[in-house]
Amino acid sequence: MAKARVLIRPKEGILDPQGKAVERALPALGFEGIEHVRVGRMVELEAEDPARLAELCEKLLANPLIEDYEIERLDGAA
Amino acid sequence: MRWGVLQFPGSCDERDALHACSLLGEARLVWHEERDLSGIDAVVVPGGFSYGDYLRAGAIARFSPAMEAVAEFAAAGGPVLGICNGFQVLCEAGLLPGALLLNESTRFTCRQLNLIPADGTKSSAYARISSRRPTLSIPAKHGEGRYYAPGEVLDRLEENGQVAYRYVPGQNPNGSARDIAGVRNEARNVVGLMPHPEHAVDPLTGSTDGLKIFEAVAAAGVPA
Amino acid sequence: MTVEVAKHRELGLTDSEFELICEKLGRTPNDVELAMFSLLWSEHCAYKHSRKLLRRLPTEGERVVMGPGENAGAVDIGNGYAIAFKVESHNHPSAVEPFQGAATGVGGILRDVFALGARPIAILDSLRFGELDSLRSRHLLDGAVRGIGHYGNSIGVANVGGEIYFEAPYEHNCLVNAMCIGIAKQDEMVRAAAAGVGNAIVLMGASTGRDGIGGASVLASAELGDGDEAKRPTVQIGDPFEESKVLECCLELLEKGLLVSLQDLGAAGLTSSAGEMASAGGVGIDLDVAKVPLREADMEPFEIMVSESQERMLGVVEPAKVGEVLAVCEKWQTGGAEIGVVTDSGQVRVLQGDEVVGDMPVEALVDGCPLYDLSPAEPDGWIYGNRATLDPGASSEETLLALLASPSVASKRWAFEQYDSVVGSRTVRRPEAADAAVLQIPEAGNAIAVSIDGNGRRVACDPYAGTIEAVLECAQNLACVGAEPLGLTNCLNFGNPEKPAPAWQLDRAVSGLADVCNALGVPVVGGNVSLYNEGPEGPIYPTPVVGMVGELPDPAKVSGSAFIREGDAIALLGPFTPALAGSELAKLRGELGAGLPQPNVAAVSAACTTVREAVRAGKLSSAHDISDGGLACALAECAIAGRIGCSVDVQPLRERGCSPEDALFGEGPGGFLLSGDRETLESFGATTIGEVGGTTVEVAAGDRSFTVSVGTTEGAWLSLPGQIEIRADN
Repeated sequence: MAKARVLIRPKEGILDPQGKAVERALPALGFEGIEHVRVGRMVELEAEDPARLAELCEKLLANPLIEDYEIERLDGAA
Repeated sequence: MRWGVLQFPGSCDERDALHACSLLGEARLVWHEERDLSGIDAVVVPGGFSYGDYLRAGAIARFSPAMEAVAEFAAAGGPVLGICNGFQVLCEAGLLPGALLLNESTRFTCRQLNLIPADGTKSSAYARISSRRPTLSIPAKHGEGRYYAPGEVLDRLEENGQVAYRYVPGQNPNGSARDIAGVRNEARNVVGLMPHPEHAVDPLTGSTDGLKIFEAVAAAGVPA
Repeated sequence: MTVEVAKHRELGLTDSEFELICEKLGRTPNDVELAMFSLLWSEHCAYKHSRKLLRRLPTEGERVVMGPGENAGAVDIGNGYAIAFKVESHNHPSAVEPFQGAATGVGGILRDVFALGARPIAILDSLRFGELDSLRSRHLLDGAVRGIGHYGNSIGVANVGGEIYFEAPYEHNCLVNAMCIGIAKQDEMVRAAAAGVGNAIVLMGASTGRDGIGGASVLASAELGDGDEAKRPTVQIGDPFEESKVLECCLELLEKGLLVSLQDLGAAGLTSSAGEMASAGGVGIDLDVAKVPLREADMEPFEIMVSESQERMLGVVEPAKVGEVLAVCEKWQTGGAEIGVVTDSGQVRVLQGDEVVGDMPVEALVDGCPLYDLSPAEPDGWIYGNRATLDPGASSEETLLALLASPSVASKRWAFEQYDSVVGSRTVRRPEAADAAVLQIPEAGNAIAVSIDGNGRRVACDPYAGTIEAVLECAQNLACVGAEPLGLTNCLNFGNPEKPAPAWQLDRAVSGLADVCNALGVPVVGGNVSLYNEGPEGPIYPTPVVGMVGELPDPAKVSGSAFIREGDAIALLGPFTPALAGSELAKLRGELGAGLPQPNVAAVSAACTTVREAVRAGKLSSAHDISDGGLACALAECAIAGRIGCSVDVQPLRERGCSPEDALFGEGPGGFLLSGDRETLESFGATTIGEVGGTTVEVAAGDRSFTVSVGTTEGAWLSLPGQIEIRADN
């Protein structure tokens, strides 16, 4: 079984209000000098057929209109 | 007029939509595992939190057997109305352009607001037109209702008269691009909007302007 | 001292309680048994310090269908239908993790209602936090409101009302009380008692994990101190999507007559549900933990028995129907597993496959906990401190604006706009549209009204009178929408009952509650107690929260609270004799102290009847109960809502012996502010004080007279968001 982690991020240029809200709240909690916060999602899975991972990302895990995704193999494979 | 209202695990407003539709004809619920839409003249994909909004709102519901049947129904020209989560499902399914994102405020918001039926208007003209057209008073209640499409897609939608409803200036509750509250497909038989017309059909609980939106769907593509 | 003695103390049992358990078992309990006893004998589950007091409350009435002791209370609404309702607290978990604490509080109260077979149709929430200048309090408020919204909105139950108060004594102990209303056909309702020896026990809903292990005894039966970060793992995580599935599943099972009884799993999980079902039914129960669907591998039997994983229900099913029940669970994509059987042993037996790992008498587990008497002692004067925030030389206008902007008084729109208040198509009056929420009940051809109220500060001034006022407040709010009270639920939020002052507060409050309910003829059909709300700085304000449900015949004839017509007369009705004791103004001036005037319950009740009948006859333009901030604030609220001004003279109150200041800003029960046709108002005994019109709120009050624009008052009343949003420059 191939182990993978998919990182899903809002596309650059699209307003990310969650990221902005987190960024705005940080100084009050004592964290200065933090910028460009963007909030996304992470999905971990095990797949019998790693060749289909990209298709899975395109069709379900991410919405390509508004999100970018990145597949990380956790088992050393490319 | 025979309406079919889809029901997914996690739908909330399907019974309200069913009631609203039954004021304008016969209506039945269509369970998400059903593929049979025979005898149905118009489909409503209702509001709620299908599949808990897990992954992305509407992302899982769009793969249900019922939605496959709805895609065929729409391709054949059948009228389809998506409300709130239903709008999200139709966008995820590619039956409508664009996507719905987290509200700019990051919070869920529930409020009564005014919509302008906006077919055929471009945003430069709509401020002029909005002051002359009667608006519809409809409640909106959502956390992910900010309409987004790339700039050139928005231009095309406006050129083609595919913007179906806009928020009255100053009442945009979520930061939607160009105050867009609802859109149509090119063939004009599929429409989706974030506000809830099914909650504006009873004078006891609010306005009755929602009926006009259902009537427009029944007339398949004619603006309210 | 053996190792086992230390263990029972760690779980919250006293030495004498442990000895009693050994006596009842005839031996020392093993780990599984000790864990189960420690939870069921905790304050949260056993009500050890409050049960004797609660026996004072009136619980019967001709409209009562289910009273205390069932999962929720229920009253007859007509045409064979019943309205079920209850309020519950989730205070300690919310103080640790506000989003999930508040969310699971909503989840729990929903389950209590649908466990009766009632479909939830509305929720209300009553919240209390420290002052808003505390970052912690803003964080708790934000988290709790998001959590309540997340759960209620996702599951599709309308949130139609509530209240939020901000007071320093709640800084370390916030209060999150959630109320749920449901509707059921009376002949489809089900009780919790397990019955039928040989019947199967079926567990439905989510799988069981380690959520909340030790939650009840660790959190709810002890004071919170510093370092409560370490309690984080015991907070339960809610899944409203799972709850919506198990809700539909249970309602379908009840509709098809497939369940003998139904119980929800809440505090102490399987232990309390199984124990209570067995106790109510006078039977025994065998449970096999090996059959419980688990979320985590290798959970020990005691963990499985005390887990507080959410969204689970326990049903009793005739053996021949188990297959059908599991098929319905499958249809709704929710869990279903046969895990045990009803016996005639009178014991709760826990098995792991064939091995018996726990064996306790039901009676000892559920009813054997000792009940304690309180040792109340009235404290010497005011024990809560004072903090002045208003300049003593403030003018009437400045005072009014300070009151309207005071977070406890100001509009809570910021909060209720985060809740879906329209789903279900029943909401005739949304939050802040009228003094009570109104929901249409087409099944019975009428409507219900609901209000949830409680002013902890006033109860702290006088626990007896303050509690009576809370109930009168509810009754007045219901009267303003034409509703007659049917029943009441309450949540008693108090400090440490083992200390004399909170014990006295609790004792006096329960007496007040009993006396006013008897006087009004309103039965208490259920409720909840939350004790040990106390931190290093002392107890919270004693806070009995009251939820009242009433019926009204015609929802089309409900007025709102807004002034609507230029030229309408404005009138006062009721035995309103305002005073500054316990008022919001006294708080802003730092002048709070013990003592409140004693309320005249009979006179307030008579005024409620008059207003109710006037509303039902469609004779009023508006009706508003005078409460926080007094008459001046009530006038401003009516003007703001109607976007129209008013001009008023408080002379009639001066004639009752009130000073100008008392008249403007004093508080107390029995004050109705009405508007409409002058002659009509006077015909049923209201006293005209002015007229609707213009763009200002103009009040003649001797040397405290003032005029202020409606717009300016609105700015103050809507200023809460600016005080809440966590800003970078704080």
